[in-house]
Amino acid sequence: MEDDDAVFRALADPTRRFLLDRLFERDGRSLGELEDGVAMTRFGVMKHLRVLEEAGLVVRRKSGRESLHFLNPVPIRLIHDRWIDKYNEHRVSALANLKTELEETA
Amino acid sequence: MMTATMAATTTQVYQVFIRATPEAIWEAITKPEFTERYFYGVRIHTVPERRRTQWQEEVGEDPVFEYDPPRRLVHGWHSKWNEELSAEEPSRVTWELEPQEDGTTLLTVVHDQLEGAPKTAESVSGPGWMRVLSGLKTLLETGEPLVP
Repeated sequence: MEDDDAVFRALADPTRRFLLDRLFERDGRSLGELEDGVAMTRFGVMKHLRVLEEAGLVVRRKSGRESLHFLNPVPIRLIHDRWIDKYNEHRVSALANLKTELEETA
Repeated sequence: MMTATMAATTTQVYQVFIRATPEAIWEAITKPEFTERYFYGVRIHTVPERRRTQWQEEVGEDPVFEYDPPRRLVHGWHSKWNEELSAEEPSRVTWELEPQEDGTTLLTVVHDQLEGAPKTAESVSGPGWMRVLSGLKTLLETGEPLVP
């Protein structure tokens, strides 16, 4: 799915994961605040934030005169629901089958 | 090493694209027969005057500040499912529905004014709202609840 592609692409970069971690620690930060912890130009940080916004992982909202960045965890949750749960289920049933098989032959 | 819980912030923002019209989403967030299928089993009936919640025997009511179907709903939030949370001050939830060119609708939920409700903030952040929004999306797109 296209949405998933954008999320995986956005997460495939250490700077972008770092920015998400910073928002996880404290949400609703300005560009200036996010720039502080990153050894990168303002333009570079903006570029990474744009990729995160396009993937829906960061939402920018106006608050008075400044624009604040919020972590939106929903796309990661959707990937979890769609992918992780599915494979966990398979693994669990594979183990269950293995157990049945071993116990039957024992 | 990250701490496991998100620092309780006073504003939380959640966003999801749903393949449904704003009208369908509006119905799903204001009518109890829909909400009980994705909102932790809670029956929620929202009208311009108030938002009534019912979970088993427990009934609650929150004020509605803005009621503008099918685009914008703003209501009070007071967690009642736990004594510690219900002792906290009320906060506010805003639902914004924006139709997109591709036929989907962008749903934004902002839970703010959480200054007087740090435990509520922690309880609704993370899985709290995510489960609701993920469940709402699944219900509207597939007709089936996420968790049967």
